[in-house]
Amino acid sequence: MPIKNIVYAQREHGGDLRSLDDYLAAGGYKGLEATLGMSPDDALYQFHRSGLRGRGGAGFPMGRKAGFLPKDSAKPSYVVCNADESEPGTFKDREIMELNPFQLIEGVTIAGFAVGAARGYIYIRGEYEHQARILDEALAAARADGRLGGDIMGSGFEYDITLSRGAGAYICGEETGLLESLEGKRGQPRLKPPFPAVGGLYQSPTLINNVETLSALPPIMTHGADWYAEMGTEKSPGTKIFSVSGHVLKPGNYEIVLGDTTLRELLYDICGGFREGQDFKACWVGGSSVPVLGAEHLDTPLDYESLQEAGTFLGSAGCIVMDTSGCIVRSSLRLAHFYRHESCGKCTPCREGTMWMEKVLQRIVDGGGRMEDLDLLDAMFGRISGRVLCALADGAVAPVQSAVELFRDDFVRAIEKGAPEPEPMMEAPVG
Amino acid sequence: MNSPLAPDAPETATKTVTLEIDGRSVTVPEGTTVWEAAREMGIEIPVLCHDPVLDPVGVCRMCVVEVEGARTLVASCVRDCEDGLKVKTASDAVVRNRKTLTELLMADQRDTSTRDEKTGDDELFSLAREFGITESRFPGGNSRPVDSSSPVIDVDHQACILCDRCIRACDDIQSNWVIGRTGKGYKTRIGFDLDNPMGASTCVECGECAAACPTGALTNKPITVPIEAKRPLEDVDSTCPYCGVGCALTLKVDREENKVVYAEGREDSANEGRLCVKGRYGFDYASHAHRLTKPLIRKESHYPKTTLTGAMQRKDDGTRKNGVYPDYDKALSAFREATWEEALDLVASKLKGIRDEHGGGALAGFGSAKCSNEEAYLFQKMVRTAFQTNNVDHCTRLCHASSVAALLETIGSGAVTTVYADVRNADVALLTGTNATSNHPVAATFFKEAARNGTKLIIVNPHRPELADHGEFVRIKPGSDVSFYNAIMNVILEEGLEDTAYIEQFTENFDALKEVIARYTPEVAAPICGIEPDRIREIARTIGAANAMIVLWGMGISQHVHGTDNARSLISLCLMTGNVGRPGTGLHPLRGQNNVQGASDAGLIPMVFPDYQSVADDDVRARYEEAWGVPLDPVPGKTVVEIAHGTEEGSIKGMYILGENPFLSDPNVQRARDGFMNLDFLVVQDIFLTETAEVADVVLPATSYFEKTGTYTNTDRRVQLGQTALEPPGEARLDWQILCDVMTRMGYEQGYADVEDVFVEFSDLTDSYKGLRYRHLAGRGKLWPCPDPENDEGIVVLFGDGFPTPTKRGKFSPAEVIPPAELPDAEYPFVLNTGRTLQHWHTGSMTRRAKALDEINPDAFCEIHPDDLATLGVDDGGMVRLSTRRNHIRIKAISSTKTSKGSVFVPFHYREAAANLLTTDALDPVGKIPSFKFCALKVEKA
Repeated sequence: MPIKNIVYAQREHGGDLRSLDDYLAAGGYKGLEATLGMSPDDALYQFHRSGLRGRGGAGFPMGRKAGFLPKDSAKPSYVVCNADESEPGTFKDREIMELNPFQLIEGVTIAGFAVGAARGYIYIRGEYEHQARILDEALAAARADGRLGGDIMGSGFEYDITLSRGAGAYICGEETGLLESLEGKRGQPRLKPPFPAVGGLYQSPTLINNVETLSALPPIMTHGADWYAEMGTEKSPGTKIFSVSGHVLKPGNYEIVLGDTTLRELLYDICGGFREGQDFKACWVGGSSVPVLGAEHLDTPLDYESLQEAGTFLGSAGCIVMDTSGCIVRSSLRLAHFYRHESCGKCTPCREGTMWMEKVLQRIVDGGGRMEDLDLLDAMFGRISGRVLCALADGAVAPVQSAVELFRDDFVRAIEKGAPEPEPMMEAPVG
Repeated sequence: MNSPLAPDAPETATKTVTLEIDGRSVTVPEGTTVWEAAREMGIEIPVLCHDPVLDPVGVCRMCVVEVEGARTLVASCVRDCEDGLKVKTASDAVVRNRKTLTELLMADQRDTSTRDEKTGDDELFSLAREFGITESRFPGGNSRPVDSSSPVIDVDHQACILCDRCIRACDDIQSNWVIGRTGKGYKTRIGFDLDNPMGASTCVECGECAAACPTGALTNKPITVPIEAKRPLEDVDSTCPYCGVGCALTLKVDREENKVVYAEGREDSANEGRLCVKGRYGFDYASHAHRLTKPLIRKESHYPKTTLTGAMQRKDDGTRKNGVYPDYDKALSAFREATWEEALDLVASKLKGIRDEHGGGALAGFGSAKCSNEEAYLFQKMVRTAFQTNNVDHCTRLCHASSVAALLETIGSGAVTTVYADVRNADVALLTGTNATSNHPVAATFFKEAARNGTKLIIVNPHRPELADHGEFVRIKPGSDVSFYNAIMNVILEEGLEDTAYIEQFTENFDALKEVIARYTPEVAAPICGIEPDRIREIARTIGAANAMIVLWGMGISQHVHGTDNARSLISLCLMTGNVGRPGTGLHPLRGQNNVQGASDAGLIPMVFPDYQSVADDDVRARYEEAWGVPLDPVPGKTVVEIAHGTEEGSIKGMYILGENPFLSDPNVQRARDGFMNLDFLVVQDIFLTETAEVADVVLPATSYFEKTGTYTNTDRRVQLGQTALEPPGEARLDWQILCDVMTRMGYEQGYADVEDVFVEFSDLTDSYKGLRYRHLAGRGKLWPCPDPENDEGIVVLFGDGFPTPTKRGKFSPAEVIPPAELPDAEYPFVLNTGRTLQHWHTGSMTRRAKALDEINPDAFCEIHPDDLATLGVDDGGMVRLSTRRNHIRIKAISSTKTSKGSVFVPFHYREAAANLLTTDALDPVGKIPSFKFCALKVEKA
């Protein structure tokens, strides 16, 4: 079985590790204990050796990123946990915070020790109010038990974590937009460089990582980097949680070893396949900001490099699945609408371009489409992508551009017939 | 490098990089952006969101270029040059991209651009014309609204391209933090405060945003004339006529209409292109219909003189008619028009008559710090030579006379020791008795900027200034300055925080200071100044620990009967901590008028000739007698208030007043008015029929700032050139020529070829100006002293190696606490504090005739603490009657916590509720400055 509950340790322990006692009984805080017994540099080396890559979407090697923080900075360093889980179709971090909060807190503490941080922050999306309360309680419990604050677990290490809630903007999941928001400013991406490792929170050295990435640190430090690196492929070691949603019979979160499973196995074996009379049509495997895959890609192994070869990205592994009852033209419009709504408006090409992309797609869905609109879209893709400060614009273009390429016939038919087909399904499948 | 001290900074070898732009090789310092490097080579890369004075943000993407090997086009405004970089600034791909972008942006624009129509510089429309875009393939119209709520700026959100230039102008340049973004994505707009209409926001109307905007989104409302872009405007480099900051600006002049159309800050200047609301929008008074255009002589039928005409013209509903100042026609009807010949003959013969009959001491003259150095020099020369008296003074007596007295006494020089922008190099800036955001608004932007960059501002004031938002505010009790600073010094000595090496090397009389200071422990001072002993200690430690502290002060220090003592305390504090003579340290009294420094330098002071040379000194006098060719009076003359009192008792019989308006500006002004009414002969030379001119015997129509050339010396000792932009109206004449004509007619013939000739004579007699000529004064002007005007800006930081005193040492001059002249009592329980507002200047003769300024701030008001208003049963905005032992006024009360309980703040601009009817004419014994900041007051519901 490719499922391995390492980050989702709660699934191995009755499904719920919200109490500190339960977490400790399940082997919690062994990783921090081991970390505190070594030097920060050794801890950093362990991160590096584990091969752990950023699970937020970009997949950048976590150890390398942590190594970028200058050691001789006059300013304090910070660890920021990106818990602004807002990529469409992505709900994996939510379960960690809800059912296994101490593993995240332990991870943020381990990272803080390794980079010599003065403080850690968890920036959680505003809509996760329930999760924020759980984390708040967990932080208080950790503090009360000497696992945060001064002299953590008798080691002399002084460190605390502040929970900060967002206010509901997609752009605050972009790391520099998040930092701006955390500083109390309007959430907009920054010009880079400086990169956060050098000039992040309050222009100080900052390690910023996703919830899932930081939650992988306790098992890595408990069992050793080599244990972790042995799982998965050479370039994609370890496990990754896939949030599968859409037209499959058993949607949900699945932590699988990278590279062991193909997209077909995930959808048909693990997620139970499709409803009677329907079959796979399309899948946005890494959240909505990635190129769409079609049936020809079903046998792609699920890891960073194989998916890239297939023309898409692993991203956040928020796997949105559509069966043959779905309409790719309407979905494209829906996605374009999302990005138009969430563009922060800072860079002209994204602010103006996402709006025009939506308008043109709307025209096609409304039956007023013209063949030239496909060329117009094509021209716009090139003017938006790569012309801006952050990845939002690329993410806005990728799903639509790939849909027009991969499913061009659907668009042509929609324009010719004056309406896309099939008609939208009103009832959502339940799994 | 923004530091004013850049020339003194150690030169470090800069690393350079070499790259290729459009096939040409170029070597630039590391850190130069591709955009800047191209610009150096003469290649203009189009850009909308960038301006060299702003930090680049790289959001509009118009400036993208092709970089060999790069995956995508890169924004040149944020891309640093690198060795070996190959850049194409106008390849097909680049141009195509710019064109599409322009097309997208144009889709939302209106058919025409307000900016294009007004000033012809809409950068987006220019690009559209360049790319031949007449219509967009994208359906247009974002239906964003128009906001016309601001008195000076029109906001058209539809024309906004969200380049953030206005935001950076407001935040980074002016530090006002009013503009931000609101909404997201395509619905993003600029917003004011929490998305208020601009007119209802905290905007201070400085206009920096409109100056920065590249499209028709933020445009200046027409101020003076309907603007036609087709008519070419002429650039005239000049300076601002208002405050002592002396901002350099360029006037955009419509020659045909003879009007200034708009004003822009000059980038190559000490103010770095910044202006405030007065400088940017306050120039149109020069074209006001009230300008005097012919000499006026009082009609026989209008003797004896009567008091002032009705205060204001009012509409039927009782409110004041906009733009109409006093009942002007009625006031004018007391005079008949005359020829210049007749008027000048009359002036000369009357003054000569008084001089010959009663001696020169029966004459007196008030010059003005609004006039140029040349005019100030000629005026004092006229009084000293033709009138044969030293009775010449001007408004410096009412603003910083005490500061100058203390500075001359202790460090031998009355001017600032460093420039205001040196605050950038300070760890601590002590700002005391100054409301700089209103009275020195552009200097205040430098203070706020310094605070943002880590300088700690300590703001000591009984009235809470807006600067208090940017630092630590210490609200001392009114008039308690000496006790507070003595206690600060007490702690510094007690805790050994003084700079003993500096005291040893550069000062004297330290023991005398120690003896006095020892008595002022924080516990002794606390009940006097109202600050807890521990807080005094904390502040003293902050000051003591600072490597560099600069002290900037305003009239809250100087305008007291103990004003000189206040200034002495600040000087002692700086000397004791070694905070003079290094970058980021020093003493800076923020001078009020645009030329108060210059007018003082030019000898518009009763005790001294130009360059502060004592009239009583025989050698000095001999030198000026030789230069001017007449014997001179060895007796120091009377000061402003003494002259006013002289008119009352009859010892002063004739007066010449140039550009001053003592009928509103003198303390206890009714007494002064009664005195002036007593004069046998009064001539007023001004541009409007001021309150003072209303009771003159002869009124000479003078030229406004914009109609003449001359030099002005700002608060920094910076000598700058104001240049002629407009023709004088009617028969109005240049002031320097009028003065020469009067002198000639009084038998002292003057023969200057032109106004620079006057400057040459002045600078040759004035060591600190020696060698300066008009040709040196372009751009940033010159700081005096300027030993090498051909190559150098002048000396920024003075006295690094001692002081211009006989011993070369700075002298500690200890001060004891003396109470204000008039303390509150049961009948008059409040304290009256007077001052200025952002939009108005002094007696309002200029600013209340400037349309925009008058519209923003039309009515007289006072500020009273809400608790006091509640006790009085007066609503916010209700009317109160303010009375002192001298007089009373009726005025609107504004509820404000800026003023402390028991204090009332009244701006003195308003004729209809003249604050100076209330003030006391008790004087500081040394500086002879009146106590404008303190007297006892009664407040009643009216």
